[in-house]
Amino acid sequence: MAATADRPATGRGAVEAIWRIESARLIAALARFTGDLGLAEDLAQDALVAALERWPAAGLPPNPGGWLMTVAKNRAVDLFRRDATHQRAVESLGHDVARTAVPAADEKLDDNPVGDDELGLLFAACHPELKREYRIALTLRCLAGLSTHEIASAFLVPDPVIGQRISRAKKTLRDKGIRLDLPSSEYLHARLASVLEVIYLIFNEGYSATSGEHWMRPELSNDALRLARRTAALAPDLAEAQGLLALLELTQARAPARHDRDGTPVLLQDQDRHRWDRLLIRRGMAALARAHRLGSAGPYVLQAAIAGCHALAPTAADTDWTRIAGLYDVLDRLRPNPVVTVNRAMAHGHADGPLAGLAILATLPPDTLDDYAQRHAVEAELLAMAGRHSEARSAYARAAALTQNHAERTLLHLRSATTTPP
Amino acid sequence: MRYLVVLEATQPDTPPPDELMAGIMQLGAEATQSGALIENAGLAPSAAGAKVVLDADGLSITDGPFAESKEMISYAVYDTRTKEEAVEWTRRFLALHAEHWPGWHGEARVLKVFGPEDFPGA
Repeated sequence: MAATADRPATGRGAVEAIWRIESARLIAALARFTGDLGLAEDLAQDALVAALERWPAAGLPPNPGGWLMTVAKNRAVDLFRRDATHQRAVESLGHDVARTAVPAADEKLDDNPVGDDELGLLFAACHPELKREYRIALTLRCLAGLSTHEIASAFLVPDPVIGQRISRAKKTLRDKGIRLDLPSSEYLHARLASVLEVIYLIFNEGYSATSGEHWMRPELSNDALRLARRTAALAPDLAEAQGLLALLELTQARAPARHDRDGTPVLLQDQDRHRWDRLLIRRGMAALARAHRLGSAGPYVLQAAIAGCHALAPTAADTDWTRIAGLYDVLDRLRPNPVVTVNRAMAHGHADGPLAGLAILATLPPDTLDDYAQRHAVEAELLAMAGRHSEARSAYARAAALTQNHAERTLLHLRSATTTPP
Repeated sequence: MRYLVVLEATQPDTPPPDELMAGIMQLGAEATQSGALIENAGLAPSAAGAKVVLDADGLSITDGPFAESKEMISYAVYDTRTKEEAVEWTRRFLALHAEHWPGWHGEARVLKVFGPEDFPGA
């Protein structure tokens, strides 16, 4: 074959693409090998730098992932040897230090079943001992292959803030001696809950941007969606992993219809359902069916089932609110939470009439969620449905004053201004 | 971002080698597990399809097979952060053919599907 045919583009973008594909596997195997996530990440980054230096001139190696792994592994072995030499020197000076043997790199790196390393890395990155924002940064960095700068731009914070979160997270893992392999079955479910929560938080940060000018940051939601796909694939028997995946696929399916061509947000009942993403809906329903086959009705599966009801309704008027209200009742029993109560009120408002919804809202103590825009938006909508227009207008205005999101505020002001008796 | 990859090729008369099929399965599993590959399928020979053409003579419908030397073989849909990632998965797919099936020639087109990111201001 001609030499040029084996030389595809090796610009920075191509190397970064390979990094995004390979980094989780690379870091995970190195973390198991060295027992230190910080060191593993440094070694992997060194290999990336070597690739950026070498590939543009030499062309892509036939197996780029294997190339990166070999470079990183050799550096690890050098490091161990140097340590061992150092320790021998210390010993020869008469100090009593136990000698560490250089591990057989090839055996240790290759003996784990496919995917277990990555699952172990995911569980370590989402360890409950870490602060929530540390877990998020570490997961995006080590599992999604995002750079510090990309994570910082996604969360609208300066780069050093994310750099600090990542290095503190790695230090905490090291200081606490947290193992980088799979948790025992005893802890698996508790740890999985943290993994799923981190992915869910990343998704939500992208889907309903809590601050800034934009209603969504779609790239971040897509990162979370890919992480959910990966988690569901790595843990195919865990129903809630399938449930979270179903929920995110079904929610993301609505993203193209969440604003009109001018960028104004469009609420669910007003969305053009032709713009919903049929491929994501199909994938979401398939994941939901898998979750049901695994026999679970956990919180993510229930929320996915609710999203599925919306996804399958041809028009807003066809929505099966009775089934949705029933699902919210189960969710509310399983995981009582004022936000669920607000959504349950909305569902019963549609299923059983606005007074039923307002009655559920009335069960919330008056000061609960008083600064939560959505509570007032739901109350406003139920009041409008009940024909109590002036109360509805002021509830919309309250919701508009509370939201941190510019686009949502515009929408709520519009609702407040247009809520008038027929 | 979403990319549609369509594969067009001339197939040698020999059947695809087992090593190629095993490699394709493995690569597909990796791409699926990474969250990048979200849809794919093989396409039957054009004899099973038809072509609908509008030209100067008007509309015409022709049943397959078509006279072109190359056939559409398969398609895949990727969801990746950059174009280069979709290209890299595709490169690996063709590299497998280069390794295992001498005489196989084909081309894969990586086409971006419009998404919300293509409508700035939205």
